[in-house]
Amino acid sequence: MARILELTLNGRTRADAVPDNRLLLDYLRETVGLTGTKTGCDGGECGACTVLVDDRPTLSCLTLAAAVAGKRIDTIESLSHGGALSAVQRGFHEKLGSQCGYCTPGFIMASAGLLRRNPRPSEPEIRAALGSNICRCTGYVKIIEAVRHASDLLARGEAQSP
Amino acid sequence: MNESAPIRSIGAYVPMVDGPEKVSGRAKYTADLIQPQMLAGRIYRSPYAHAEILNVDTSAAAKVPGVKAIVTGADCARTFGVLPIARSEHPLARDKVRYKGEPVAAVAAIDEATAERAIRLIRMEVRELPAYFTAEAALAPDAVPIHDKKPGNIERDVLFELGSVAEGFAAADLVREAAYNCAEVCQNQMEMHAAVADYDALRDRITVHASTQVPYYVHLMLAQILDMDMSRIRVVKPFVGGGFGCRTECLNVELIAALLARRAGGAVRIMLSREDTFITHRGRPETDIRMKIGLTRAGKITAVECACTQRGGAHSGYGVVTILYSGSMLYAIYDLRNVKYIGKRVLTNTPPCGAFRGHGTVDVRFAFESLLDQMAAEMGLDPMAVRRANFLNAPTFTDNDLMVNSYGLPECIDWVERASGWKTRRGTLGRGKGLGFACSHYISGASKPVNWTGEPHATVKLKLDFDGSIVVLTGAADIGQGSSTVLVQAVAEVLGLDIGRVRIVSGDSDVVPKDNGSYSSRVTFIVGNAAIDAANKLKALLTAAAARKLEAEPGDIECLGEVYRAGAQDKGLTFEEVVAEALKDSGTITVTGTYSTIPESHGGRKYRGAAIGGTMGYSYSAQVVEVTVDEETGEVTVDRVWVAHDCGRALNRLTVEGQVQGSVWMGMGQAMSEEAGYHDGLLVTANMLDYRVPTIQDSPPIEVGIVESNDPHGPFGAKEAGEGSLAAFLPALTNAIADATGLRFNDLPVTPDRVFAAIEKRERTTSAKQSGAR
Repeated sequence: MARILELTLNGRTRADAVPDNRLLLDYLRETVGLTGTKTGCDGGECGACTVLVDDRPTLSCLTLAAAVAGKRIDTIESLSHGGALSAVQRGFHEKLGSQCGYCTPGFIMASAGLLRRNPRPSEPEIRAALGSNICRCTGYVKIIEAVRHASDLLARGEAQSP
Repeated sequence: MNESAPIRSIGAYVPMVDGPEKVSGRAKYTADLIQPQMLAGRIYRSPYAHAEILNVDTSAAAKVPGVKAIVTGADCARTFGVLPIARSEHPLARDKVRYKGEPVAAVAAIDEATAERAIRLIRMEVRELPAYFTAEAALAPDAVPIHDKKPGNIERDVLFELGSVAEGFAAADLVREAAYNCAEVCQNQMEMHAAVADYDALRDRITVHASTQVPYYVHLMLAQILDMDMSRIRVVKPFVGGGFGCRTECLNVELIAALLARRAGGAVRIMLSREDTFITHRGRPETDIRMKIGLTRAGKITAVECACTQRGGAHSGYGVVTILYSGSMLYAIYDLRNVKYIGKRVLTNTPPCGAFRGHGTVDVRFAFESLLDQMAAEMGLDPMAVRRANFLNAPTFTDNDLMVNSYGLPECIDWVERASGWKTRRGTLGRGKGLGFACSHYISGASKPVNWTGEPHATVKLKLDFDGSIVVLTGAADIGQGSSTVLVQAVAEVLGLDIGRVRIVSGDSDVVPKDNGSYSSRVTFIVGNAAIDAANKLKALLTAAAARKLEAEPGDIECLGEVYRAGAQDKGLTFEEVVAEALKDSGTITVTGTYSTIPESHGGRKYRGAAIGGTMGYSYSAQVVEVTVDEETGEVTVDRVWVAHDCGRALNRLTVEGQVQGSVWMGMGQAMSEEAGYHDGLLVTANMLDYRVPTIQDSPPIEVGIVESNDPHGPFGAKEAGEGSLAAFLPALTNAIADATGLRFNDLPVTPDRVFAAIEKRERTTSAKQSGAR
């Protein structure tokens, strides 16, 4: 059965007819066409599909689209404003927190969620916040540097939002 | 006077040219290429490990509304495989299935759910055959051949002895021998395999978007499998989410998508699950090694004997090359005489193995460096001193004819010795803590391409037009390692321009020159040299145009990047003015740069397959690993890693660091937690929870020292940076655990279970001895 799903996606309100069993991940990628959110495993193992639901990092592959009715969803596509990269996006680009880029949207959204609630995280806090995201390229060293860099950019006022 | 100066980009920290796409979600990977009307492809896989196929019944599946095409092995009699000498694999099994999960049939339907419904209705009738899941079982005298042409289930036997190991061992003060076992491991790159094939029935043409490291191989194999003229095929490589070697071959998924698309007369997207991506495999084989080394009191190695058996899986793949690398790459790191190698590549009823990062070198290096460390300890020698006693004296050729021109291993060892505080800290860290050390090396591109055609090893084109922008056209596949960035840097450097003036188009066979692809760490060295050649040719054209305009001799023209001038007092011409003058000759300018390896790099002929291991330049790596072992739980924590990598010259310090850290960390996964586990031939670890990739919580700081030995043939002196540091981690870890606990672990991965069992065993032995003494 399908029903009308209303939500706020990347700052815009939407209404779509969505089957009850459709995952948020498939809704974003296949229904809306926002392919920035990635599928990296068969369910809940890798974090590549992480999006923010009311600012909370959430695995879109384990979330039914119907369960986020009325909520605010932010995906990787929402972060840049006026063509400028956000603090976390700059961090991952400038410090090479991203190599192949496939896990990157999930890491960036988990990091953005962290910096929205804690703009000056310690290294253990960064590790804890990103503990359920897997990257196969970087060895994570530069991912930690990327998040720290993003935090510094925010603290210095060189970026407006995480 | 103009103050302009050439802009330098080599040697800087340069973020990737395609980074903004990756951090903004705009980068399109194969599965993201959604088209309206596209069909969903699904694969039916064998539930049997080894069986004769009597019948594949797809009649019920064909009746499902929405099913548009079904293909089985009956639709394609042709075989594929990366090595021209070993094309034994059908995209969809015919006559026989050889591993659980081998593709048997495929369906294209209007959506994923319909395709899945149809797949579940396919029935297969078989006569089961005995199946072999270990090398030992497959080698049994009465074992049924998995491939008719491979009696005894031996894909390839290798045997060579250079010098005399008998004499070498006789000259040693200490000879030791030990057995090692390395579990099978998988690349497990983050992007699961996907392909989009679009067949144009009107023109009989096909376009395939593939997540591949070598679009050229996909092109060749599509022609082979579809029995289609190559000129009717277009292969496009979108963004690729990692490879690590599993995509250096054309995989069955691309071929099956193409077969379905042609049958359906339209576009088909296949997206494999993580489980099916694991089963497609091409990982590093389970390897058993018996290593024997002779050593003098002074630490000089007198002889090496290595027997290596690899469980290759059900098809040839790269197998012949892997087993040859394992032998040839005993050399080119230390000065060795008297080496014997006995390699055996075995066919088994498990998913086919392939070319995992550090191809063929990793497990043998683990065994060698572990045994050498153990022997150094036994003789009371410093492990670093033992390596120093066996340095090569470059330039040189090894006994198996490998060419070594630059050799930064001494500086690598010096760096990690200093950075880790080796001399002062080792032995002083306290209970359960230890430091371990090891070295490794790797090639900068196999000097001979897999498909020998007589063409240059790499071709790069540059296009310059009225707008003054330079476009690099290359078939080199950026898979996240930064190949596009380094090629842009190389061209910008030669021309003295900002990298913002240079764009790159890679990986579309309609547009770019053919390239042998991203494997064996070849792109920076081989394609980089072709890019430099192209940029020099373009610079010569621009210099000639500037000379004409300035009424000077070309030899008097100075190129300052954005300004060309005839002398220090000359105001000169802007880049735009030079381009406008140059275009008068030909309109749009295109230049072609090429690179070919020199014959001296092609390896030797002293044994069959001795060309494998030949390269233009070897990278070197030294590592120190610091561990803490919890003797109550068996848990090993890697506290810190120091790694020095000789990459010849760091063209991009940021990406070199990233590649080295990634390699070390991937070695850590293999050493500590990763293992492909089978139950009756079924890969039961085919997910990211059972196949344990280290998380950010498990991963140590990795400090990188860059050593620049300036290879005489390297592009600006560079060699590879993306593979050579992987192997050293494994023995550096077990050597550190030995330092911490006195226990040697010769079987990988070193899981807490194994450590705990070893500690318990030792305690039982100790208490038994004590009670015996009473």
